[in-house]
Amino acid sequence: MNETKIITNNVNVYYGEKQALHNVSMNMQANEVTALIGPSGCGKSTFIRCLNRMNDVIDTCKVEGTITIDGYDIYSKETSVEKLRERVGMVFQKPNPFPKSIYENVAYGPKIHGIANNKNELDEIVENSLKQAAIFDEVKDRLHEPGTALSGGQQQRLCIARAISVNPDIILMDEPCSALDPIATARIEELMEELKKDYTIVIVTHSMQQAARVSTKTGFFHMGNLVEVDKTEVIFSNPSNKKTQDYITGRFG
Amino acid sequence: MSFVNLNDNNLQKRLSREFRFKVYCIMAMTFALGFVLFLFTSIFSTGYSAFYKTMIPIEISLSSVVSDSNSFALMTNEEINDLSIYSLSKKNIYNLFPNITDRKEKKEILKIFSYEFEDEIKNFLKDNKENINDINIIYLTASDDIDQLHKGNFPRDIPEKRRRLSDLQLSFYDELILENKIETEFNFPFFTRGDSREPELAGIGGALAGSFFTIIVVLILSLPFGLLAAIYLQEFAPQNKFTDFIEININNLAAVPSIVFGLLGLGILLNTFGMPRSTALVGGVTLSLMTLPTIIIATRAALRAVPPSIREAALAVGATRMQAVMHHVVPVAMPGSLTGAIIGIAQALGETAPLLLIGMVAFVVDVPSTPVDPSASLPVQIYLWAESAERGFVEKTSATIMMLLGLLIILNLTAVIIRRKFETKW
Ligand SMILES: Nc1ncnc2c1ncn2[C@@H]1O[C@H](COP(=O)(O)OP(=O)(O)OP(=O)(O)O)[C@@H](O)[C@H]1O
Ligand SMILES: [Mg+2]
Repeated sequence: MNETKIITNNVNVYYGEKQALHNVSMNMQANEVTALIGPSGCGKSTFIRCLNRMNDVIDTCKVEGTITIDGYDIYSKETSVEKLRERVGMVFQKPNPFPKSIYENVAYGPKIHGIANNKNELDEIVENSLKQAAIFDEVKDRLHEPGTALSGGQQQRLCIARAISVNPDIILMDEPCSALDPIATARIEELMEELKKDYTIVIVTHSMQQAARVSTKTGFFHMGNLVEVDKTEVIFSNPSNKKTQDYITGRFG
Repeated sequence: MSFVNLNDNNLQKRLSREFRFKVYCIMAMTFALGFVLFLFTSIFSTGYSAFYKTMIPIEISLSSVVSDSNSFALMTNEEINDLSIYSLSKKNIYNLFPNITDRKEKKEILKIFSYEFEDEIKNFLKDNKENINDINIIYLTASDDIDQLHKGNFPRDIPEKRRRLSDLQLSFYDELILENKIETEFNFPFFTRGDSREPELAGIGGALAGSFFTIIVVLILSLPFGLLAAIYLQEFAPQNKFTDFIEININNLAAVPSIVFGLLGLGILLNTFGMPRSTALVGGVTLSLMTLPTIIIATRAALRAVPPSIREAALAVGATRMQAVMHHVVPVAMPGSLTGAIIGIAQALGETAPLLLIGMVAFVVDVPSTPVDPSASLPVQIYLWAESAERGFVEKTSATIMMLLGLLIILNLTAVIIRRKFETKW
């Protein structure tokens, strides 16, 4: 088994008065894909957004408990969210490229973090990121056309390229394939297989098949609780909890 | 079940209801359009004649002032100004009608010219120093009454007592017409001169400059403050009672009648801070108070329309909040915000009431050259001239309205073009 990358310990999340997550404790291993499944509204997005502190943006949201990445408490006072998000990239449910050129989309992160020293280095980073996201060949002749003019699947891969352009350790994906057709989905799944060699991946998905195909470990959420987390084969063949059993066999959710 | 059931009562009712609705809509549109058309035609038909003026050429011999007409080339403008050529000018004008000898009747000849004829002659001398001959043809501005008569705005077939022009003056006019000595030219001075008591000499140059300076002041004050306030309120300010309070008050501010801002300008800017009266500076500061909420509201609406996913995208690669806002949100919101700003500026350009209170309604002859010179503005000029009875001011009022409308149309077109051209296409 790989080393443990992310540890969450008794995480409680509140939106105002309302508690959205209850005592979630879970580990995620490096160079693995961890899948989060569960019925709508159970708190998967809330949980994954804790891992790069995207919840900080929501005024009413309050996070309790500890989350460490490489043993470092990301909610400690000394943590800079900008540095954290540089290391923990995120891909959203709906593709959200900037209304700028394809090149600008990918170059933006390296630019603000000062990763590239000159134009050539930047070009190289853009090209490598697009290649890693398996979209380079499709867009190499139109790097300066708007990213928003791409198809949905291409846009999503562009967003993946944007996430890996700053060379993160971890990539969070919140239902990255929900807006895509089966072919585009298959490409992104292939991509994850490739990416997990270099990155730790956490993915939220509504597709049990997808979780089964891509992940090493799966966590099942229900009503803000992490009901069960185990090796993906175990969850899908022999879950220990009745609710998990019901969910994966399609009896609710 | 059939798709061709023409006897379906319910469907027929719905369709005829739709038809009637369309008819009402078209009627409303026609009414609005007709009204605008009526307004424009009535303004245009009274105003267009102000763009040309009537001139009468006279022959002037300068031999009694200088022995050699070439000596003008050596004179400075001041020296020409100091020449006393009034009686010479009069004599030359009288020569237009040599058979009039009576002193009183001679006075009548002078009355067909604008009273500034001496200055006009001096201006001619200054402009043509090198080429002065012994006899020169100089075009002099006709008096307002002759100007209006020539433009066909004065009826002649009413008793002399009720006319502004005497029978004698009419006969002068007819004689000049016969000799082909009445000419019209483009009224260039109308755009460059300040106000005047004489309609034929009055121009909107002062009002244009005043409006220009006022708008510059409004831009300098309300654009940066409006944009910054809107960006802060929409993107950074926490949602709490205090920011709600500010928001409500900004919306209230936008609804305050403009005259109240005038009172504020009068009370605070003039009386408390002692800023100079009747100036574009004070006018601009006062109007900024009106424009500011417009810009803030438009900018906030534009910012609100930017999808939150763009902010999240920027934050998720590690941008600070300010970077996310400045690099991604503001550029997308800019066209909408500028459109709002232009509409605010257009409002300020046409605003009259607050300017009346801070004294920008004074009669100003000199064209202002800085924002702290006393000045008028276009709408105030309209207000001033609309009160005058002379026919010459009636046409000038309409011409000024045309100018103002033209500027407003240009501003609004700019807003449309900015929106079309720079709007983000998703
Ligand atoms: N910004 C918010 N403010 C208040 N409540 C929220 C907010 N975001 C989510 N919630 C609540 O928190 C709970 C968990 O939401 P979350 O978005 O994490 O669910 P999810 O598992 O991602 O669902 P889905 O699969 O539909 O995306 C829900 O009950 C939701 O109503
Ligand atoms: Mg979700």
